[in-house]
Amino acid sequence: MSDTTTQSSPAAGPGTGAPGAAAGTRRALQLRRPATGSLLLILFVAVLAVLPFYLEEFWLRTGFAVFGAAIGAIGLNILVGTTGQLSLGHAFFLAVGGISYCWLSGESNDSGSHPYVGLGLPPLVGMVLAVGISGLAGLLFSPIGARLKGLYLGIASLGLVFVGIHVFNSASEVSGGHNGRTVPDFSLFGFTFDDTDPDLYVLNVEFEKFERLWYLGLVLAVGCYLFARAALNGRPGRALRAVRDSEIAASVNGVNVTAYRARAFLLSSMYAGLSGVLFALAIGSVAPESFAIEISVQYLAMIVLGGLGSVGGACAGAAFVTALPYVLRQYAESIPGLSEPGTGGVSYSEAARYAYGAAVILVIVFWPSGLAGIARGLKAIGSRRASRQAPT
Amino acid sequence: MTTFLSFLLNGLSLGSLYALIALGFVIIYKASEILNFAHGAFLLLGAYVIARVEPSVGFAAAVAIGIAVTALVALASEKILFSRIRSAHVASLTIMTLGLDVLITTDLTRRIGSSVMSLGQPWGADVVRLGDVSISENRLTAIGVAFVLIGLLFAAFRFTSWGVALRAAAEDPEAAALMGIRQARVGAVAWLIAGGLAAVAAVFLTGSPTPGLEPNLRTIAFAAFPAAILGGLDSTTGALAGGLIVGVAESLFAGYSSSLTFLGGGFSIVVPYVVMMLVLVVRPAGLFGTKELHRV
Repeated sequence: MSDTTTQSSPAAGPGTGAPGAAAGTRRALQLRRPATGSLLLILFVAVLAVLPFYLEEFWLRTGFAVFGAAIGAIGLNILVGTTGQLSLGHAFFLAVGGISYCWLSGESNDSGSHPYVGLGLPPLVGMVLAVGISGLAGLLFSPIGARLKGLYLGIASLGLVFVGIHVFNSASEVSGGHNGRTVPDFSLFGFTFDDTDPDLYVLNVEFEKFERLWYLGLVLAVGCYLFARAALNGRPGRALRAVRDSEIAASVNGVNVTAYRARAFLLSSMYAGLSGVLFALAIGSVAPESFAIEISVQYLAMIVLGGLGSVGGACAGAAFVTALPYVLRQYAESIPGLSEPGTGGVSYSEAARYAYGAAVILVIVFWPSGLAGIARGLKAIGSRRASRQAPT
Repeated sequence: MTTFLSFLLNGLSLGSLYALIALGFVIIYKASEILNFAHGAFLLLGAYVIARVEPSVGFAAAVAIGIAVTALVALASEKILFSRIRSAHVASLTIMTLGLDVLITTDLTRRIGSSVMSLGQPWGADVVRLGDVSISENRLTAIGVAFVLIGLLFAAFRFTSWGVALRAAAEDPEAAALMGIRQARVGAVAWLIAGGLAAVAAVFLTGSPTPGLEPNLRTIAFAAFPAAILGGLDSTTGALAGGLIVGVAESLFAGYSSSLTFLGGGFSIVVPYVVMMLVLVVRPAGLFGTKELHRV
């Protein structure tokens, strides 16, 4: 065995696998490669796990929003990237998840002119049921969702967003109507994800709301990531890709096209539901209008930037699109050309929209496979170099 | 009965405008197989340009400039962006139109701000009475203009060489290319026409009874998407029928909303989508769309 030179690039991200380490024989290479990928993922997660000890609240808040968005992006990518079904309805399923959580775990509010009800269930139960309800909504839509293809589904699901906002606004007892409702804090068997109750110090760092939420987001995002990768690398993933590439070939090979499309829709809407719960927790108060068509477009931007069909890419895209407005807002004063909202100049949120709109166009024109494609390209260069160095 | 006729006439007017937008959407799809979500942004652009130049050059010239600018922007986006990546996945192409839509809409929304701009239509808010039925002059003009334009367009499909080329290219791109049809030109003309139609629709959609140009014009124009889909994405007849169905349904539900309160306030806005979903459950390719058949 020769010396191994592991060359990993920072852009590779989790799960894309390090550029194949130079290994003596082909067999050793095969054995080693997945291990390197997993190690890199573990390392990345470990870095994320210690970050709350060093970061200030702003970054933790941004990070939690990113974790939530990453889950939704993974879900949408299963549907659009892997199955080839264009959906603009993701915002609707986020709404179902977020609003159901508030309804299931929130408290009733009888005071004021906009009363709403809450069932007061434990937040964990609320979260699980909210994900279930989102899945159910996906199933109810599947007579349309699984029969329609590509572009037709795109516009049909656009309708879902508009109709959804109307339905939620009309059911103001559940959603709080136009004024929305506050989101109940998450808690796990008596441990509240809030500033106090109980006060918590770890290694002399005070763990407040967003330190706690960071870990909640991290655990859920990693879980969703692993599940999606396992599903997509296995038989279901192959079947879905077959459906995307050729419906006829897939059905000739014994793939039940309609059933697999419906399952992809179900899974995607459950991911969206969980993402919606985290989105609600991140912004603290939700109204049906929080889930407008722009949200769907943002999620599509995430998966295109990350690379259609790539789970890791979806996470990277989610980080870019979600963090951008937060970061621009935080540093608005030091960025030339940005002005306060409402003064007629370019505000931080508009700047963020310009940036991701332009990024989507540039990525599709110049790097159609997104960040994941760039990472794969680097990996290919790495392994070519490695195989040149390796003795044969 | 008169109220019903009035709702119906207003609905037909709204529907003919939706049909104009949906037709643009459909011919772009036929020529380049792209679902152009930036169409709402084109509409907004047309209205904005007209509103800005109208005070200095007058209404007629402003409309001409608005139509020209919108058509050229549509053409430019096809030439610069979409024609380069014909081979890309259809989802990528569509998402790219969304990116374009985000760019244009963000910019125009920022420029319009919270003001309501007027396009300076010379007919203003005048109302015409036909017997007992009343309709704003704007809406009545819209019907006339829309039907003339749609008639011209349908004649163009049938009789001009571009129209024949468009239909051939949509039917079988490969055979059309072998017959010497230049798809780049067919596509360019399609985008040009679609952009122009969007600007024309914008003139009437911002007129009475609408107060003027507001950023939410794009959302109103969104109703043309379900119109195109329920008619069948590759059918021009379908776009016309879909537009009229959606317009009439929306107008009737808005008119009778006081006796339909159980559907929730503002239901008329979502009527186009509800109608579309109902149609799609029964006919997944729309009313006039070609059902995709596979020979195995």
